Amino acid sequence: MQGLKKDWEVEAPPRECSLEDYMGAEPRWCPGCGDHSVLGAVQRLARDKQLQPERTVVVSGIGCSSRFPHYMKTYGFHGLHGRAFPLACGVRSRRPDLDIFVVTGDGDCCAIGTAHWIHAIRYNMDLTVLLLDNNIYGLTKMQTSPTTRPGERSNTHPKGSVLPSLNPIQVTLGIENASFVAQTIDWHPPHLYATIKAAHEHRGLSFVRVYQRCPHYTSHIFAPAQSDPGKVVVMTHPDGIHADEVAMKLFPHRVNHDPSNLEEARKLAKDDEAFIIGLFYKSDECARYDQATSQGIGMTGMEKVAAMERALDRFAL
Amino acid sequence: MQSLHPKPTTPINSTKYHYLQELAFQLLPYSRVFLRGTSSKAMQPVIAVNEPVSTRTPRQIDQHIVEIVSDSGEGAQTCGQMFASLCARSGNGIWTVEIIPAEIEPPARSRAGASGYRIRLGSQPVTNAGDTADVVVAFNEQVLYSRIDTKALRPGTIVYLDQSWAEHQAEDIRIKYAEAIKDFDRLGYIVVEIPIERECKKHTDDARRGKNMWVLGLLCALYDLDMDMVRGDIAKRFAKKGEGVIRKNVLLLEDGYDWAVRHTAERFHIPATKSEKPMVVMNGNQAIGLGVMAAGMELCAMYPITPATSASHFLASAFDQVGGFVHQAEDEIAAIGFAIGASYAGKTAVTITSGPGLALKTEFIGLAVMAEVPLVIVVVQRGGPSTGLPTKIEQGDLLAALYASPGDSPKIIIAPATIEECFHFMITARKLAEEFRGPVMVLTDANLATGQQPFPRPKCSEAWLAAPVDQSDWEKEIPPFAWDEETGLSQRPIPGQRGGEHVVTGLAHDRASHVAYESAINQQSMEMRSRKLAVLQSTLKQPAVHGANEGDLLVVGWGSTLGAIEEAVDRVRADGHRVSSLHLRFLSPFEPGLKQIFSRFKNVMTVEINYSDEPGKPYINEESRRYSQLAMLLRARTLMDIDCWSRVPGSPLPPAMIENELRRRLQVMRNA
Repeated sequence: MQGLKKDWEVEAPPRECSLEDYMGAEPRWCPGCGDHSVLGAVQRLARDKQLQPERTVVVSGIGCSSRFPHYMKTYGFHGLHGRAFPLACGVRSRRPDLDIFVVTGDGDCCAIGTAHWIHAIRYNMDLTVLLLDNNIYGLTKMQTSPTTRPGERSNTHPKGSVLPSLNPIQVTLGIENASFVAQTIDWHPPHLYATIKAAHEHRGLSFVRVYQRCPHYTSHIFAPAQSDPGKVVVMTHPDGIHADEVAMKLFPHRVNHDPSNLEEARKLAKDDEAFIIGLFYKSDECARYDQATSQGIGMTGMEKVAAMERALDRFAL
Repeated sequence: MQSLHPKPTTPINSTKYHYLQELAFQLLPYSRVFLRGTSSKAMQPVIAVNEPVSTRTPRQIDQHIVEIVSDSGEGAQTCGQMFASLCARSGNGIWTVEIIPAEIEPPARSRAGASGYRIRLGSQPVTNAGDTADVVVAFNEQVLYSRIDTKALRPGTIVYLDQSWAEHQAEDIRIKYAEAIKDFDRLGYIVVEIPIERECKKHTDDARRGKNMWVLGLLCALYDLDMDMVRGDIAKRFAKKGEGVIRKNVLLLEDGYDWAVRHTAERFHIPATKSEKPMVVMNGNQAIGLGVMAAGMELCAMYPITPATSASHFLASAFDQVGGFVHQAEDEIAAIGFAIGASYAGKTAVTITSGPGLALKTEFIGLAVMAEVPLVIVVVQRGGPSTGLPTKIEQGDLLAALYASPGDSPKIIIAPATIEECFHFMITARKLAEEFRGPVMVLTDANLATGQQPFPRPKCSEAWLAAPVDQSDWEKEIPPFAWDEETGLSQRPIPGQRGGEHVVTGLAHDRASHVAYESAINQQSMEMRSRKLAVLQSTLKQPAVHGANEGDLLVVGWGSTLGAIEEAVDRVRADGHRVSSLHLRFLSPFEPGLKQIFSRFKNVMTVEINYSDEPGKPYINEESRRYSQLAMLLRARTLMDIDCWSRVPGSPLPPAMIENELRRRLQVMRNA
């Protein structure tokens, strides 16, 4: 494990974890909710990578998708509405040894937590971020979210949403220091899994937006794409997402996209109704703030006391 | 690695926490010697003469209050800081106050733009900023008006004023200066016109950048200070700017010194009382920063806000030496969220803010209470409400700290009363946060934040540091909230501890941290979180009364007013009045036995720097009157008729102001 110092020097014998070892409370999402498939994908990834449950932390905000940590049998922090990012960044700041996932929704990330989202992208700390975007506030019963499409009706806009929707991929690609930006759909488990796996393997903040079905309020948005794979466009590239090839044959439309090409990524991201999935952008050159925040970990008490004396010398009479 | 924390397999006995008493209180009753108010007596006039008077020996006095005031950017603060540091190192007691305009570079010669420094220096330790100034050095007459407006001067104050404005090319400036001189004479100040700018121009083209060193030289002569020491300070301060700059500043310094020796009629000597122990001198924000380091905290997450930021500035300059990091967050909310994240992961963190920042952080404070995450929150109070008085002094956030969070969110609040306590309370705060598993708020204010005071050098110890993060296996049978039925205390599993996997949540939850809406569970978890405060109170000592244990009037205070209140009480007691004072360090929970103490006095009142309605004002009667914040809490706590006297001048309460009020009350009591 990288970056470990004295505080974490514990000899824990490795053990073999099965899928059950990552399964927490029985999920209470609605039947048909896309969150179930994301949960399954993360649990499978944890098993396949043999992530140690005690060294895995899932941080979330508030909303349907933010119940996610309760359904994992790892450490978890179910935080405040919009505030998953500061919590997760804080967890990461002094713990290079943990695997940290952030699960957030379109209201949580793109409305009340927007400032934190933008700055977390800029901090580029090693986090795997899953934005479960169902285009609606579900838990509070169908209010317009920033990603709700214009004209869509909700309890706060009964005559239809009046504004163009916010495009989370475009916003993220516009933030300096973004290092991994991908998009996938919850109803195709192989691509979902492959995307989350690539995100987890990336060092830095990996941002994955998942088009996520809400069976109650927005099923009509996603149902056409779910029943017609021709409505989905897959980005392909040797450096992109590698999902099971047989399973990917389902999708007739492809576009070759080099994930190192930011300009092209921004152009592709523009059409938010096209269901473009795959890796928009990836860079290993971005500054990582956690490398700064974790400096000095593992100093001994004696060293600290000695340093304190030197610090006090500055004020000595 | 073995866990350093025993698992709560046996019931936690509150006696286990007795060490907290020692931590919190070993520092409190250290001896204080109070200065009697010689400064309120008019001084011998000082007359500028032309003949050298260097042969005269300086007159011995036991204390003085000096102010240096200039336009922003002319360096009066640097001058004041260097002068204060010299006095402290010479063995004098000091207390300092920064005079800060709200802008970085306000217009020149404007009252609101006054920038400066007050230094109260004495033979003995000094506990507060004192009353009116004995000596003021003013770089122009307009900035002096701002000090007159704040009642910082009295008839008899010696004012050294730059006379170059009398010869200024602009007529309106010459007229203003002449009018001011007449004003100052009428107000009874002893004005000594001195040629600051003219003298400086001998050594520098830009007098604005040299005047402060010349004045420092003047002050060294006036107060008989060691010039070698100050030459060394200048060399150190300007080391990066090169030999030329050092030489020029030393020349200005020496010129100021020589001028003063030749021209001032009287010089002073304040005998030093050298301490046996090694001493340090710093301001409260630096003390907080050092306290964070000495407590073994490794992360400070903050957002810039006056007057709290300088604590983080200090940490940013020194924290890496102990392996720590300052995170400047995107906003106040993110700052506390980041700190809670780090705390949750095992490293109790600190966030440092002021009133408006506290307002933004309240939702997260509630989360730390609910999820029982240890956290230290420092609130360096300023004037409110809203943006209020950013650079000024107030104690207006007590109730906000205590209550500004949804639902019932019991938390620990402590308030250091001296610079030394700012340091030591940070160590106490981290320990309390971890033992009692929740947020601890440390309330200071702008007075402590910027005031400098010497105190015995702390002897740092490994016992003060946070234990390494426990990564041993967690006994699976112990839930993450294994509330001890009696105390509400529990130990928490930290990420990395196998067997302790759980999800913390701000939702109502049971002992397993599972979301639980059942009424019985909600009732119990509320009770457990609240019980912790009662347990903490049971480990605290009854606070010590300053003065006699019974009497006619007891003054209760908290925070930075300690020195001024006790000085005022001592002055009144010296005249035979039965007045005592009590200063609270724990505000949630209160220290025990308050009612018992109060019952031994005929009257009890708080003195605070926050707003309260004054009896007798329009519409103010027993039903409508709003009391000051501590008084409100104490009335509710004790059901006793505790009165209050509070003011919001934006500056420290001078002892004389408190003294006058005490005398007035005693008179009213006698008449009744």
